[in-house]
Formats: sequence, C-alpha cells, structure tokens
Amino acid sequence: MGILEGPPGRNVILTSLDAAVRWSRASSLWPMTFGIACCAIEMMATGASRFDWDRFGMIPRASPRQSDLMIVAGTVNARLALVIRRLFEQMAEPRYVIAMGACVLGGGPYARHGYNVVRGVDRVVPVDVYIPGCPPRPEALLHGILRLQEKIRGRTPPRDSGAPPGPGRPGASPEGRPPA
Amino acid sequence: MTRKGLETQDLLLNMGPQHPSTHGVLRLVVRTDGELVTEVTPVIGYLHRCAEKIGESVRYGQFVPYTDRLDYLSAMGNNLAFCLAVERLLGIEVPPRARHLRVLMAELNRIASHLVALGTYGLDLGSFTPFLYAFREREMIIDLFEHVCGARLTYNYIRIGGVCADVDAKFGEMLESFLSVFEDRVRDYNDVLSFNKIFIDRTRGVGVVPPERAVAFGLTGPNLRACGVDYDVRKAAPYSSYDQFEFRTVLGRDGVGVLGDCWNRYYVRVEEMLESCRIVRQAWESLPEGPVAENPGRIRPPAGEAYVSVENPRGELGFYVISDGGDTPLRVKIRAPSFSNLSILPEIGRGVLLADLVAILGSLDIVLGEIDR
Repeated sequence: MGILEGPPGRNVILTSLDAAVRWSRASSLWPMTFGIACCAIEMMATGASRFDWDRFGMIPRASPRQSDLMIVAGTVNARLALVIRRLFEQMAEPRYVIAMGACVLGGGPYARHGYNVVRGVDRVVPVDVYIPGCPPRPEALLHGILRLQEKIRGRTPPRDSGAPPGPGRPGASPEGRPPA
Repeated sequence: MTRKGLETQDLLLNMGPQHPSTHGVLRLVVRTDGELVTEVTPVIGYLHRCAEKIGESVRYGQFVPYTDRLDYLSAMGNNLAFCLAVERLLGIEVPPRARHLRVLMAELNRIASHLVALGTYGLDLGSFTPFLYAFREREMIIDLFEHVCGARLTYNYIRIGGVCADVDAKFGEMLESFLSVFEDRVRDYNDVLSFNKIFIDRTRGVGVVPPERAVAFGLTGPNLRACGVDYDVRKAAPYSSYDQFEFRTVLGRDGVGVLGDCWNRYYVRVEEMLESCRIVRQAWESLPEGPVAENPGRIRPPAGEAYVSVENPRGELGFYVISDGGDTPLRVKIRAPSFSNLSILPEIGRGVLLADLVAILGSLDIVLGEIDR
C-alpha cells in the first residue's frame, strides 16, 4: 500500500501538487490592460493608490499572451465583439474572464435602443464572474476578483448568507470551468 | 540621401483596439519606414453606443443619464450641456443656487478629468508614480460627488430645471479640505512629472500644431489653447453663471516647451486645474440661498431647435437639439470635442518616431466614448 496507489490524479501527491498549482494561479492573476469604456475608469481606480489591487497579486500586463485574466470593462458592440473573441483566444490557458458592468452583463442601458450593442459578452466569450453595476464600484470589482480566486482554488464561492465553503462543483475542471 | 541597396520597405502596423496607450478602443493603422511613421490612420467605431439615436428614442429627462456615458470623465459637463439646450428650448430659468452648483460641480469634474489625463499621460511615457498621485487626489473629488449624488462616475446630477440634490455642511467641510491641500499637490506633480528632464525630453517640440492649423481642424479646449489661441467658451459665450467668476484663460507659450507641442498641451491642463480651483472657491463662497431646482413639469418643449455649447475638459461640447413638440427630441446632434481633436492626428503624426506617436496621442487626451458616441 504505497501512497501512489489508485488512479492518477486521485492520490495524495498529485492532489497536493494540484492544490499548490491552483494556489499559485489564484495568487498571481495577471489582468490584461484592456479598458473599453466608463468601467475602465473604475478599473483604473481599483488599480490606483486607494484600492490597490496589487495586494491580491494583480499586475496588469499589456499583452494578452502574458495575461491570465481579461476584465471586460465596458460596452461591447458588434464590432468590438470580434476583437474580444480574438483577444480571448490569444490568451494562454488557463484563462479567466470577468464581466464588469451592466453593459457587459446584458447590454445595460443600451439593451433596448442600442442597435449594435451585444447583449452580454457571454455570447462571445465564457465568463467566470459577473459584476453588476453601472459602473461597479472598485470594492465590487475587488469582491469579484476575490470570488474568482476562490473559484480558481477549487472552492465554491461562499454565499453571502455565511454558508461555509463547500467542495468544488461536480463536473468542474481543475481550472474551475470547462475549457473553452 | 538614398544609397543603392538601402531601399527600405514600408511596414503596416496595427495599434489597438487593445493597446494601453490608445486610451480606450481606438485603433491606429500605422505605416512605418523603420522607426519613422509615414502615415497614421485612426479607425474608430469600436465603442459606438448609438447615443444620438437613443436621444431620439427616449424622453428629454431620460437622456440625461446617457450623456454621462459620452465623455465619462466629465459627466457633469455633459449633463450641463444637454440640460442647458433643453432649458433653452423650454424657455425656463434656473434658480441662482442651482447655477452656482452647476459651475462648482463642472469645475470639480474638470479637475478630476485633468487628473486622469495627467496620470495616464505619465503612464504612456513610462512614469508610473504620477498616476498614483493623480488618482489619490481624484478620489477626494469622487468622494465629494458621491456624497452629493451617490455616484462615483456617472452622476446624473444636473437635471433639466436645476440640480438633483442640495449640498450640506459636510460637503463644505470635504470641499475645503480638498481645496486646502490640492494646490500643494499640484506642486508635487510639477516636481515629479512636468519639469522632469526625461519628461520634457519626450514632449518638448513633439507634435507641434501651428495655431492656424489648430483652428482649421476645429481643435478646442486645452489642445487649442496650448497653441496660443485664446478661445474658451466660458469666456467667449458665458453660460450658467461663469460671467460672475474671475479666472484666467491658460495659454501655451514658448519656454520649457515650444508653442503648440505636447508639453504645452499637458501643462495647460495642469494650470487649468489651478484656475478651476479658483472658480470652485469663488462659487462656494458666493453660493446663494434658495431652491436648487425648478420643477419643469412635463417636459414637452415647443417645436424649435437649440444649440448650446459648453467648455468641457476636452474642449467645446455642443448639443444641437431639435424638438417637434413631442415628448422625445426629434434629433440630438452632439458636437464632441475629442472627435475634432483626434482629426489632427494624421497630420501631426506624420514623420515622427513611433514612440513619439504615443506621446502625441496621449497629449491630445481623447475619450473614445464621445468620439464614437
């Protein structure tokens, strides 16, 4: 009975290694500097002196090739949707997407009359965390980032009711969501 | 002098829409010959949000929040321009306290907007510290706005007929604590960025716009005044209660920079922040008592048209509103300053180094929200 018994991926060495990898991924989320509209100003404010997302290991990278996280911060229209998709595909896996703001969630104020606004960026790229608001406050963005880190660590984000963190969702991949 | 065997080949380079120095989702198609830019073509439309069409679809009062999202760095100025246009159509007068509050908020917003311009311009040129400094002071202004109207960025504070909320004593304390430190902080920016040798080397004599070209291209705001042209809507056609305040129009000049270059465009903004401080102080000290809004009733202006322009942080923002007597406007045309300011880029971006193109674009201080509308 060695510790390497059982199918690969289920033994103590590999699961411990997996936990360490997840921990390191969650602790150094590098977002892409890609501001689109108003929400980008709040994203900048989150990165600036008062809120300082460096505390959570967030270092903005200018190139999609070097970044793990795309924060879609601003209205996505039909023309930009193609760019968003291409940028997402240029990012190396594992890659994560945060949808920030009402426009990105579902068109927001432009949902009714905006004839070329995409009603939700999740029609273009898979989204991990949705942050509502127009624009969301920097605290809301930080909250979303923390939720994403919990998701990467393989834990179901605790509910606001105070329920304890449970095990990962059934069927979830180690990265926390199915590959795109 | 060209030598045989040294013929160069043009390289077509795509810059944006995802590029940290294009300030949003602007795309530039750059033709380069080595390090030299031979042609630059801006490609816009990645943030087209149908603002003018929405103006025809929603009621007058409902369009005010959409103006917040045009030039999202100066939402107060956008609110003000649209409300002034509708008020002219309606033929109503705004109470004096509301007029003062409008000026006060618009000027605070100008400072906040110029702070973003200053911080991101530092970022474009490779200096990270000014960005942190600028956002530190910007948060103080945002706190003021949040206290009075609840929003950090999209205020919807100035409404047709007045403003939506009165200021209180707490606001006064916060304002005074801001004003008491801000002028010293501007000295810090000057020390760390404006008169930094590296910064001056990157911006002096780069992207020089001759005054007559600036006028021909319809440049307004700090970009025009940096060329030495004395034009400010606040002075030329005072609106709200700007005629009651004393302030100076800041002009570019030869000295540290060359007239009309990137450094002057940058430094005009720095000095304008101090002038805005003066206006804010005067407006706060002479704030009259009284109501802050007049109920306009059902907003249904008589058939007609009105054009009102205001001096926004980026230049002259104009709203041309046509009414047919119904509940919604017949047409809302927006004269966006960033759009005209960007139009000069192909001219001054020709023949410069690729790195200088970033300096020129940053100094124009565009916001894509109002370019694409």
